Amino acid sequence: MHPILKLVVQRIALGLILLLAVSLVIFLGTEALPGDTAQAILGQSATPEALANLREKLGLTLPAHVRYINWLWAALHGDLGVALTNGVDIAQAIGQRLGNTLFLAGCAAAISVPLAIGLGLVAARYQGRWPDKVISGVTLTTISLPEFVAAYFVIYLLTQVFPLFQPVAMVFPGMGFWEKLQAVALPVIVLVMVVLAHMMRMTRAAILNVMQSAYIETAELKGLSPMQVIWRHALPNAIAPIVSVVILNLAYLVVGVVVVEVVFGYNALGQYLVDHVTKRDLPVVQAVGLIFAGVYIGLNILADVISIIANPRLRHPK
Amino acid sequence: MADQLNMMASLVNKGAMTRREFNARAAALGASAAIAASALSTAARAAEPVKGGILRAGVAGGESTNSLDPALAASDVPYMVNRTWGETLVDVDAAGAVEMRIAEEVSSNADATEWKFKIRSGVEYHGGGTVTAEDVVATLKRHTDENAQSGALGIVQGIAEMMAEGDMVTLKLASGNADLPFLMADYHLIIQPGGGVDNPAAGNGTGAYKIVSNEPGVRTVFERHANYWDSSRGHADGVEILSINDNTARTAAIQSGQVHLINRVDPKIVELLKGASDVAIERAAGPGHYVFIMHCDKAPFDNNDLRMALKLAVNRQEMVDKILGGYGSRGNDFPINAAYPMFDDTIAQREYDAAAAAEFYKKSGHDGSPILLQVAPGAFPGAVDAANLFAASANAAGIPLQVKLEPDDGYWSNVWNVAPFCASYWGGRPVQDQMYTTAYLSSADWNDTKFKDAHFDELLIAARGELDVAKRKGMYSEMANILRDTGGLICPMFNDWVEGRRAEVGGWVADPQGTLMNGTALSKCWLNA
Repeated sequence: MHPILKLVVQRIALGLILLLAVSLVIFLGTEALPGDTAQAILGQSATPEALANLREKLGLTLPAHVRYINWLWAALHGDLGVALTNGVDIAQAIGQRLGNTLFLAGCAAAISVPLAIGLGLVAARYQGRWPDKVISGVTLTTISLPEFVAAYFVIYLLTQVFPLFQPVAMVFPGMGFWEKLQAVALPVIVLVMVVLAHMMRMTRAAILNVMQSAYIETAELKGLSPMQVIWRHALPNAIAPIVSVVILNLAYLVVGVVVVEVVFGYNALGQYLVDHVTKRDLPVVQAVGLIFAGVYIGLNILADVISIIANPRLRHPK
Repeated sequence: MADQLNMMASLVNKGAMTRREFNARAAALGASAAIAASALSTAARAAEPVKGGILRAGVAGGESTNSLDPALAASDVPYMVNRTWGETLVDVDAAGAVEMRIAEEVSSNADATEWKFKIRSGVEYHGGGTVTAEDVVATLKRHTDENAQSGALGIVQGIAEMMAEGDMVTLKLASGNADLPFLMADYHLIIQPGGGVDNPAAGNGTGAYKIVSNEPGVRTVFERHANYWDSSRGHADGVEILSINDNTARTAAIQSGQVHLINRVDPKIVELLKGASDVAIERAAGPGHYVFIMHCDKAPFDNNDLRMALKLAVNRQEMVDKILGGYGSRGNDFPINAAYPMFDDTIAQREYDAAAAAEFYKKSGHDGSPILLQVAPGAFPGAVDAANLFAASANAAGIPLQVKLEPDDGYWSNVWNVAPFCASYWGGRPVQDQMYTTAYLSSADWNDTKFKDAHFDELLIAARGELDVAKRKGMYSEMANILRDTGGLICPMFNDWVEGRRAEVGGWVADPQGTLMNGTALSKCWLNA
């Protein structure tokens, strides 16, 4: 077997084992929360009889390990069950929300990744001079703002001072692509502000690192322009660290943006998860947790594979 | 002057001026209150509802866990959604009187043990068919089933027998209850075809609007119910309820015109919003209140002198000013205010009195160890600040009150009704009997102050069957006094509903019964072009 293929298969197998471990951790985590689903649903209206009835109905009287195994077995067959709180089919509800999550993350990534890498290249080209300082200064400022502050700032600026967009960014089935883009404009701006600096700094650092090499000096002595040197000779050799940071940020865009979702009322997975955690709706928490873990693990595998392929020494073993 | 009054009254109806401003300016013009009020009502009659358009409300209090099953509604968004697609037998109107909806007549026997509701004919469901007396009985029966987990279980449990005959529903009670029609206005008791037994969350009702699409915790879209029976409701072509929990986003949404109505305007930003000419702030003094509750059966709160000391150590005016931003009124340590019928307004208002509090504290013989008040930010808006104010004013009286911060998560299961002294809130009920029965009767499940007083219980039961209003009012007054002077409830303030309305929304009426005109804002309001 080709060594790269072997590495990839190993990584995927490891990822699956990790996913199983994650499902167990999520289950134990939700078990450790104070109160159970019945109490969370009934809240202030919990009477002992009502609690007992509801626990019976929800199957909460079974021991924890039995519930875990039952769930895992069904999940392997593609059945995520129904939400304990309102009886809605989980797979269906998640399907639509996952689409929204990916749409938002995709829009933010489509803008932020090229922008961050481009700015990183420019910053490296003009290292220590004013373009470098301006780029670093601005991106470090935006990453330093807590997300909700950035969100409120953007709401104030772009809905009140310059009323260009709507503050509530909900998307619905049946909306046109252009309409959807308009709806998510504000959260996308905030997310770009948040993820830009990390990727930009890593691009800049990786390029500058490579620029110390002897072959870069050779390229310069050949008379290539500085941008050509960076584009043709520095960037291909700096790909690995840049890709891992980009992937880390993509993962964040999918699983970590609940604060932004809440502020803009965006109907995606994060908000859905938080609502169900509050109600101790275990099947939903498990399902969403698994999806998030799967995205994270999958993207990390992807980063590893790209790094391996980008490395000639691994690509062409002796 | 008359011209000016009429001009101003029409401004009020257009929404360009609030009623408070109108009253103040009318008084400045030298108009008597009566003249001013008549100008206002003439203008209101003249303001014809405008048909058409899409009316949108941004409502806080919705989660993706919400269901359309009316039995399960507990927060503002499902409440609003259900009140828009469904209707109850009767409503309680803005003045606190019973308003006929699906029932067109109600009557009782002399001791209020047997009630008859005549069902309006020709009231159509969105899914076809008309409301029958059998549907009504089936609906009430479903709520008596423990498995339905109905929020109205306590209400329907008192009904011993239900019968449907022709267009008449007869309810026989175990003991007399003069307030039964008010109880039937409970928002859980929406009449559904066949009682909603087959599919409780179908969202098929008789309301002015029918559901087109529903995404829990996000948005519910409605269109006008073409065959709706009441022409005074359902003016817009369609309505939408957006679930917007974030205060800033909700406020920005009404300012930018994305929605026309919002609930829960944060008192801290009311002044800022008033600057915007196209948004009006609407307030209504409701029965909701924020409380600190002591368990009367647990030390040190089993000592009434200590309870009195704590009650006297609250600076109520300060709380109304700082926690509610002035949008509320002082509480008097019983859960009833002027929003209730038969409220006794002659009971003296309890004031902050450090000297008297210190005296009671000394008399209680408390050992001086810290008294813990457990509070979470979600106990009520501003709960932690309110607890700190309470601690400061109590410490000034020499009472060692300490605030213990608890997490929001799990607060209602681990602290409320468990800890001996904590912060909480009540939304209020339409009638005194229901409020007292829910939380102050010795045997009540939600007796969160563990208050047990045999005489109080007797009065409560007796008042229920008493049809003589004067006598009944006297009984409620006595109960209020008992609770005020011996109960475990510290009620520093009643919170107003504070809501936002865009200027183009017509038909708004201040309604103390519930949020957003008791949930009927979308059905009753219209959009001025």
